[in-house]
Amino acid sequence: MATAVTKRWKTKHGYLYIQEDECKGCGFCIEFCPKKVLEESAQFNAKGYYPPRVVDADACVNCTFCELICPDFAIWSEKEQEEVSRNNG
Amino acid sequence: MPHRTKVKAVPVPEILPQQAHPMQKYLRMDRLPHIWCSGCGLGTALSCFTYALDELELGAEDIGVVSGIGCTGRIAGYLNLDSYHTTHGRAIPFATGLAVAKPDKKVVVFSGDGDLFAIGGNHFIHAARRNIDMTVLCVNNFNYGMTGGQYGPTTPIGSRGTTAPYGNYENPFNLPYLAASCGAVYVARWTSLHARRLKEAMVEAIMKPGFTFVEIVSPCPTNYGRRNRLGDGLDELRTYAERSVIRHGANPAEADLIPGNDIIVGRFIDTTRPTFLEAYQEQIVRKNKFDK
Amino acid sequence: MAERILAGTHFLNGDEACAEGAIAAGCGLFAGYPITPQSEIAERISYRLPQVGGVFVQMEDEISSMAATLGGAWGGLKTMTATSGPGFSLMMENLGLGMITETPCVVINIQRGGPSTGLPTLVGQADMMQARWGSHGDYGVIALSPSSPQESFELTIRAFNLAETYRLPVLVMSDEVVGHMFERVVIDPERIELVERKAPAEPPGEFLLYKPGENLVPRGMPTFGDGHRVHVTGLTHDERGYPIIDAKTQAQLVPRLKEKIARNAEAIIDVEETDLEDAEVVIVTYGISARTSLGALRMAREKGLKAGMLRLITVWPFPEARIRALADRVAGFVVPEINLGQIVLEVERAACSKAQIRSVPHAGGEIHDPQTIVDAIEEVLRNAT
Repeated sequence: MATAVTKRWKTKHGYLYIQEDECKGCGFCIEFCPKKVLEESAQFNAKGYYPPRVVDADACVNCTFCELICPDFAIWSEKEQEEVSRNNG
Repeated sequence: MPHRTKVKAVPVPEILPQQAHPMQKYLRMDRLPHIWCSGCGLGTALSCFTYALDELELGAEDIGVVSGIGCTGRIAGYLNLDSYHTTHGRAIPFATGLAVAKPDKKVVVFSGDGDLFAIGGNHFIHAARRNIDMTVLCVNNFNYGMTGGQYGPTTPIGSRGTTAPYGNYENPFNLPYLAASCGAVYVARWTSLHARRLKEAMVEAIMKPGFTFVEIVSPCPTNYGRRNRLGDGLDELRTYAERSVIRHGANPAEADLIPGNDIIVGRFIDTTRPTFLEAYQEQIVRKNKFDK
Repeated sequence: MAERILAGTHFLNGDEACAEGAIAAGCGLFAGYPITPQSEIAERISYRLPQVGGVFVQMEDEISSMAATLGGAWGGLKTMTATSGPGFSLMMENLGLGMITETPCVVINIQRGGPSTGLPTLVGQADMMQARWGSHGDYGVIALSPSSPQESFELTIRAFNLAETYRLPVLVMSDEVVGHMFERVVIDPERIELVERKAPAEPPGEFLLYKPGENLVPRGMPTFGDGHRVHVTGLTHDERGYPIIDAKTQAQLVPRLKEKIARNAEAIIDVEETDLEDAEVVIVTYGISARTSLGALRMAREKGLKAGMLRLITVWPFPEARIRALADRVAGFVVPEINLGQIVLEVERAACSKAQIRSVPHAGGEIHDPQTIVDAIEEVLRNAT
């Protein structure tokens, strides 16, 4: 069994994190990203769902909409200037 | 934007060991993944709530959550706060006890349409009437999801449920109207698509003293959505996108949810009146000098 | 602020004495709904609680009353509610919630004639089995039965103490006659002992909400907002409090809810024995029927009948060991109760056919004519071999 990993993409002003195995394939982030940053992965995850992957990292403005709407805590963004302490705890 | 027509290589991510989600501190990570279906709006409601807590900088010492029975009721089990998963319909009176015992803390009731407005209806109207200082977040998915999709007090006319096989013919509640008429001092409705505004509404509702209410319209793709041919969760969210109309200050009486019509969302009521304990302090304790 | 303990000698009815007992015990919240013959408790406590910094809430029904009583307890207060038969039935579901979540609080039932609306203003004692078995599922019960306003005061305090010690809702099963009778109540602060809530010994993160101690009782109770981040649920749960829906977790939790009372029964059980040393017939009784039985006992002794009385101050847990011991040497038991035979079933069960059992039932609405109790005593002695 594969160890759980987090995939991280570099965006213009930060990062986008996706924890693929948490995803339940609802499609909300892909559909409603205002910048069309995401698309469905080619591979399915451990649960059998197709998680999102970044298709256009440059378009991402770290608006955090995907992060907010994701029902499974599987995707989040980080702005460079933000304090690292945001990921504590 | 025509950027998708360019043939572009898919950007390659870094692979890191599993990272902590930014809202992890508000969650009981050992209880995740949660039980809710793919496409259900409850995960979004939970997510928005954690961001609301983060924005308010409220910790475990400041806020507690009380829930009832049903899919929404399970939300209490995922929050890393004092959380109380009580009996069907009785979250609000349990929360009344908590709120009266700890007036300096925030009490949030997070429950579903059936739990709060069928079996729990009586308690809702009285807590609103008394203006007990609590926030009630109602996830409305128009049926009893946990038990298989029976119809409930918010099921629209004509919709099907397992106990309404020929279609529901009962008039449903208009929740913001009900809340407003009972005296809730803050009444708002958002869908689970309006994640940012929902989070803001949660912030406002929690901070505001008195009985505050937010209806969260949510898909239930496994039961209500499937039986009523609404597609999956994503399809329902697309419907919300198409049909939602934001009308702050709208008259809640005119905000019925009728399939095919506009979904009126927004902050409808935002008013002030003495809370239960404020009235008690003023009229009983101070007037009779019981605090001397 | 007024005094919590109403020191001195007073002329109170049982209901008022219950209210004063709660206040003396430190009750911080009363959430209740009026119902005859309990209303005087609610009325007096609505008057007194604000004087001592507590809160009275008249809830919209008994269901919410029980729910708020539980919520207030998790908010750190000593809490109480009170009702009569119809309300007691409504409270059952949340009583079960209190049992499985091990929430300390007090529930008073001033019993009246039933079933259903029954005799709203007249006495009954027909909720005694319901007190033991009323909510669905298995759990242990502590139920106290006062026979006077003085005892109404004292046993209400005891109920709060037992609730804190054994972590459950404790029942005070009074009745309309005790509730409405006026008698002298002597309140001496020196004689009042209170058990306060035990805080968790371990800090947040280390403390396990439902890990029992030697006496099978959870070892400390957090308060809402103290940092312990408890999860309290009515679902079957493990020692952390997290719901786990399987037989293994059920086996680890539910028998303990019963055993924590059964195992500690000796410390909980309280009876009063009168004239038992040479008794050939024992009257087993509780509540107002014990007062009537006292009269019957005197009448019997005057006739030269060797009767005695075992008064149940705790009806649950039932003192079966005492009954079993007495059954070895007495001719029989006479059990007067204002119902059609409830606690008599326990006496029968404990006596194991070693002695005669005579129920002295009464459908309700008035207390027994003591003669009927004397008649039963005579019948036992006639049939004695």
